[in-house]
Amino acid sequence: MVTVNLGALFSVTLPETILEIVSLLVLVVDLGLLRRSTQSVRMGWACVLGVLGCGVSAVWLGSHAGVVTSVGGLLAGTPLVAAAQIGIVVLTALVLLLSIKAEFSRNPGEYVAVVLLATAGMMLVTAARDLLIIFVALELLSLSLYVLTGFAKSSALSAEAALKYYLFGGMSAALMLFGFSYMYGLTGTTNLAGIAAALATQGVSPLLVVALVMVAAGLGFKVAAVPFQLWAPDTYQSAPAPVAALIASGSKVASFAVLVALTSGLASGAYSQVASWTVLLLCMAAGSIVLGNLAALVQTSVRRLLAYSAIAHAGYMLLGIAAHTDQSGAAVLYYVLTYALTTVGAFGVIAVVERSTGSDRMDTFAGLSRRNPLLAGTMLIFLLSLAGIPPLVGFWAKFNLFAAVLRAPAAGAWGLALVAIALGASAVSLYYYVQVLKRIYVVPGTSEEPIEVSALELSVLMLIALTVVAFGILPGLLSEWIPLG
Amino acid sequence: MLAYTIYLSFAGALVLAVWPRAWNAAARVFALLVAIAGLAAALFGFVAASGQGTVAVADVAWIPAMGIHYTLAADGISRVLVLLTGLAAVAGILFSWNIGQKDGDRANEFFAFFLALIGGVYGVFLSVDLFLLFVFYEIAIVPKYFLIAIWGSTRREYGAMKLALYSFAGSAMVLIGLLAAYATAGSHTMNLYALAQYPFPVSFQMWAFPLVFTGFAILAGMWPFHTWAPTGHVAAPTAASMLLAGVVMKLGAYGCLRVAMTLFPHGLDPWRFSFLGIDSWRTVFALLAVIGIVYGAAVALVQNDFKFVIGYSSVSHMGFVLLGLLTLTQIGINGAVLQMFSHGIIAGLLFATVGRIVYERTHTRDLSALSKLQLGKAMPFAAWVFVIAGMASMGLPGFSGFIAEVQVIAGAWRAFPLFAVIAGLGIVVGVAYTWRAMQRAFFSDAPTLDANGAAVPIPQYEPITLAEKAAVLLLAGTSLLIGLYPKLLLDAIAPAVEALPHALLTGGRPW
Amino acid sequence: MSHLLTILTALPALGAAIALMTGNRARIVALLSGVASLVLAVWIWHGIGSDGAMHFVESSAWVPALRIEYHLGVDGLGALMLLLSSIVSLMAIAASKKTMAQPGLYFALVLLLESGLFGTFTALNFFHWFLFWELSLIPAFFLIKLWGGKGRGPAATQFFVYTMVGSVALLLAFVALFNATGSMDFEVLTRMAASGELATAIQLHLGPVALWMALGVLLGFAVKVPLMPFHTWLPATYSEAPTPVTMLLTGAMSKMGVYGLLRLALPIFGTQLARMRTELLVLAVLTVVAGAWAAAAQRDLKRIFAYSSINHLGYCLLAVFAVALPGSGSQLSQTAALDGAVLQMFNHGLTAAAIFWFLSLIEERSGGLLGIDDFGGLRKPAPVFCGLMGVALFSSLGLPGLNGFVSEFLIFRGVFPLSWLSATISVLGLLITAAVILTVIQRVFTGPLPARWVAFPDMTTNERLALAPALVLMLVLGLAPQLVAGTVNATVVHLLAGWRF
Repeated sequence: MVTVNLGALFSVTLPETILEIVSLLVLVVDLGLLRRSTQSVRMGWACVLGVLGCGVSAVWLGSHAGVVTSVGGLLAGTPLVAAAQIGIVVLTALVLLLSIKAEFSRNPGEYVAVVLLATAGMMLVTAARDLLIIFVALELLSLSLYVLTGFAKSSALSAEAALKYYLFGGMSAALMLFGFSYMYGLTGTTNLAGIAAALATQGVSPLLVVALVMVAAGLGFKVAAVPFQLWAPDTYQSAPAPVAALIASGSKVASFAVLVALTSGLASGAYSQVASWTVLLLCMAAGSIVLGNLAALVQTSVRRLLAYSAIAHAGYMLLGIAAHTDQSGAAVLYYVLTYALTTVGAFGVIAVVERSTGSDRMDTFAGLSRRNPLLAGTMLIFLLSLAGIPPLVGFWAKFNLFAAVLRAPAAGAWGLALVAIALGASAVSLYYYVQVLKRIYVVPGTSEEPIEVSALELSVLMLIALTVVAFGILPGLLSEWIPLG
Repeated sequence: MLAYTIYLSFAGALVLAVWPRAWNAAARVFALLVAIAGLAAALFGFVAASGQGTVAVADVAWIPAMGIHYTLAADGISRVLVLLTGLAAVAGILFSWNIGQKDGDRANEFFAFFLALIGGVYGVFLSVDLFLLFVFYEIAIVPKYFLIAIWGSTRREYGAMKLALYSFAGSAMVLIGLLAAYATAGSHTMNLYALAQYPFPVSFQMWAFPLVFTGFAILAGMWPFHTWAPTGHVAAPTAASMLLAGVVMKLGAYGCLRVAMTLFPHGLDPWRFSFLGIDSWRTVFALLAVIGIVYGAAVALVQNDFKFVIGYSSVSHMGFVLLGLLTLTQIGINGAVLQMFSHGIIAGLLFATVGRIVYERTHTRDLSALSKLQLGKAMPFAAWVFVIAGMASMGLPGFSGFIAEVQVIAGAWRAFPLFAVIAGLGIVVGVAYTWRAMQRAFFSDAPTLDANGAAVPIPQYEPITLAEKAAVLLLAGTSLLIGLYPKLLLDAIAPAVEALPHALLTGGRPW
Repeated sequence: MSHLLTILTALPALGAAIALMTGNRARIVALLSGVASLVLAVWIWHGIGSDGAMHFVESSAWVPALRIEYHLGVDGLGALMLLLSSIVSLMAIAASKKTMAQPGLYFALVLLLESGLFGTFTALNFFHWFLFWELSLIPAFFLIKLWGGKGRGPAATQFFVYTMVGSVALLLAFVALFNATGSMDFEVLTRMAASGELATAIQLHLGPVALWMALGVLLGFAVKVPLMPFHTWLPATYSEAPTPVTMLLTGAMSKMGVYGLLRLALPIFGTQLARMRTELLVLAVLTVVAGAWAAAAQRDLKRIFAYSSINHLGYCLLAVFAVALPGSGSQLSQTAALDGAVLQMFNHGLTAAAIFWFLSLIEERSGGLLGIDDFGGLRKPAPVFCGLMGVALFSSLGLPGLNGFVSEFLIFRGVFPLSWLSATISVLGLLITAAVILTVIQRVFTGPLPARWVAFPDMTTNERLALAPALVLMLVLGLAPQLVAGTVNATVVHLLAGWRF
């Protein structure tokens, strides 16, 4: 039995608690006080409250970071975890800011509340070091996301996507739980550290391999890695734009954080324990890189293009995880945070364009550089960062990640080959990103009227773009939180 | 001082990116001022540093944890190439003076991309930290795409994408090699000089060298990876073609020398076996270079599109550069660097004549169509500029190309005598295609009397603008000056080549 | 005066720039420039003294990294060629029609060509020499291409391409030589060849390629002179070019080839040439005889004299190749042969230029006709014309008393002991040439006068005055050759002393 100091538990989970309280507060305010106000006012207030909550959370995390805590081995509070959590919270805040003008929902209070709950789930996932906590937190996150995906009640596609997401997700969650149960059976503990210690004394058994495969299925689903990626294109395409942004950013961060924790936990034992896990990760990585990039080449919908590119990026990150060193873990975290930031920005632009033109097909972006140069400029930065062009952060993140992979001692045989494939695929990816940019800058638009964008959205997008550039030129800005090198 | 070339260009690009549309016509003036400032900085830096070896320009810690620094330095080779970039930039803007006259021209974007490209190129030539070099190298790719895709002509979107993808693929290959080298050397520095001293195992160098060399050589237009070059150059607007053929291809060759050959000199060593006379990567790449020389020239000989002739001639001339580098002799590498400078100027002049002077006015590049227009009489200025540029391109003594090609052949004689002879053959074919194009375009024997016996009227064209004349004077004058007094550049190049790692210069006596 | 040679070379270039700008007055500018160059050339001729060594030497570093120096100098050979070039250029300018299209460009190109000639004849470092060698091709090409006859396009291209190919071979050989020896200087290379160092150096650095290098060098000159069978470019080019340009081509440019043989090929590759002597003599004899024979078969006056030029220069080649005899027993003959070759260069240049000048006058008067059968009995309406042209024609034939005889005599005097067989067969050339010239005189000047030429204008006073100096020179040199031969002989002796075969 694990004794848990409740006081410590409460203080460690204060940020999550704040979010939960704020979500309830939002519901109260929205359903109680703002009943008669217009949609936009309600949405505005709800989002602002949500952002404030995130802000408070972030401040608390920032001031208490650096203190390594552990609540009975259930939750960890290392600087890296804190960094990831701050990142998640900031991303949620950005998503909320970009949702202020969104018109897909008549229940803004519930929307924001569920978003905040999802965020709380993400933060718990990041800190969790116990199988059950991981599962509970992941379920909190997933259920919230299923709901959010279907939030655009007037859209049949949204409902369909939510259903697909739910069915797929539910099944993979079940598999993962099954795998967790095997691991418990093999080791007698649900604590990651304890599992690692116990496995160190055992050999590799077929049961362990089965368990690992099932856990991989569950987590692979969350990060949209091949062969568990089928939900991603539909969900990215049909969910409301801010929700898609959240799925693409925050939940990725959380899932990769738990993957890193799991892998380093397994790797802290003898090498043999982690070999099969590494093989699984590598297969998923290679498949994701290849499939994601190839499928993106033929897309005509920008959202689906981003979905497949997300699969590809997940592949790159899985490589980093497979290398299982401290540096590669930090590099993966750096990558996923900056990738998430960029993706939020990209979806923000897509939301604006969709609102004006009604569709996210590539051709609706035609002539954007004339219709709204600033918006086009931010999209340029986001897409080039995703492609990995310096001096944007995407390049640096890739460089850091691949350098860490090559330096890892375990990477010997497969490291160079897979990095080479990844770089090659990255070169291919430039093609489809440039296709969008071509529409924006080269192809003359069908209409010349400017695209409306609110000052708030534009300033948020420009802020994100500037951050992407700043981190690209001075990657060291984050090095307090995420050690480089 | 030299670093200002980079900063001014990027600052200029940023300013132009937010340039109000109402000031369209003034955008080109601003761009020209920035370019002239850059050229002045380059010239000043060149003169101030003459006689010194490597001049340190900047050194700031960037990401100390990874050993990455913002380090700029310029040895003789870099100074010469920076000077070339400055000249090409000013000439390119002068030749693009007609962009900005019409409203829909998007002049500010054009010049913004142009200056961004120039800034990236300056950066590559001045970087000493490999990461920084790679960053600048990649920065240069995106403006190229947009310059061609938006303002280009024949099949511009296809040409732009092909060029961008080839460049990116090449740089991906380079990145793999760099990452591997970085990791092997302990991951604590990316400084070129420091890494060059690290004793990489020969087996490592044997695969890293061809990988990185090929990655850079793709951009240099080495056969058979050259196919992006003619398509891209033809598709590009004049100023972009001038930059692409004149400067950007030199980035590739520079990378071959500065990165591949300096870091992995033992990759050039002979193998333990020999296959059909090929016994080392050096021979392989030299063979590809020579094939490029002859192939480029031969294909140029049968082209009907004037610009394609020049495009393929660029491939042929870059073959000389690569051949010179691979001779591994001081004289050969001197010649290669000088050829980089010389061809940069000459290609600029050629593309300017074909694209800006002829095409803008006649709206055709087809040699058969041009031959009916009596251009020798209708556009005497263009004709004579092309004669001068053609003579320079052929390697006629008195122009810069001759000294460069002589040095390359001298070096090649020692290293690969057979290739030297084939290269000489390439010169002959070079004369042929230049002459053919010149004849058909300007001095054709088109009938001056039509079917009724009346004189065929000579078409009237817009007069040559002051900007065009100034740019022609700049480029032709430089080529002539260097042709007659190459000491100006060789004094900077020779010591820099001497300072290359000793392992690199294996062939023959110092001269 | 120092830098005199640089001034001489730069003067026509400056004149060209001025001519380009003055447009219609260009001819006057060109004439002035030509006269100035002639004065300078005469001054230089008088300044070289009679010791046969190099004078007016200028030397400064140019591209030290490649051992390229700006090295100029003239001995008797060079100075004579300078004199020839300036005379022929002036004659060509005078012969150019006063009214023609784009005179500014035309005279600029002519003057540039003259500058190129001066540069070639004074250069003592390969780079510099090659620069002017190649540069002189451009004005020549454009002169043919823009003002030539109906077939000018292909003719000009053929001329250019042939010469270029030869030049490339020359370049490759000299680059290889530079590789082996580290020098591009003619005098240094000659000394090395004489002492045997050159062969050793080549063997050491490049292997057994000395013979190939010599062949490469030969190819360059063989195309220029020309040596059969590399002559095929010449007839078309000479006949399609405007006649004043042909004067320049045959009067001066062809001499560049022979000069090259004397300054570069024989001194530096003498040993290799000696090994190929028999084959080369065969080609030279072929050039002499076949050239004359082909002239006999032509129906167009310009082509007749084009082939005749080939024949006359064949004698020079004969002498040059015959001289390449190892051993030291035949110095007197070698001296005589080379004396003759050098003098023949000058004499033929003068004579051929004069003949083509006359042809251009005929062309003007006949409205473009120049067939040998188009005329007849012209001595009746134009006796002075006939007389003066006769002088030139007889000089070409080799009549004693005119300059042509002296040089041809010396050549045979020298070649006979060196290679009696080639000399004997070459006499055939003399005979056939005589027949050709006499036929021309007979067909054009004697015989029945067709009706259309009854009003054939005789020479105007201007024309007589213009041509007189050339003809007087032919007479003077025929009667008193020692005026020139003394210096030439000293030079030849000095040169031969430094050569080894």
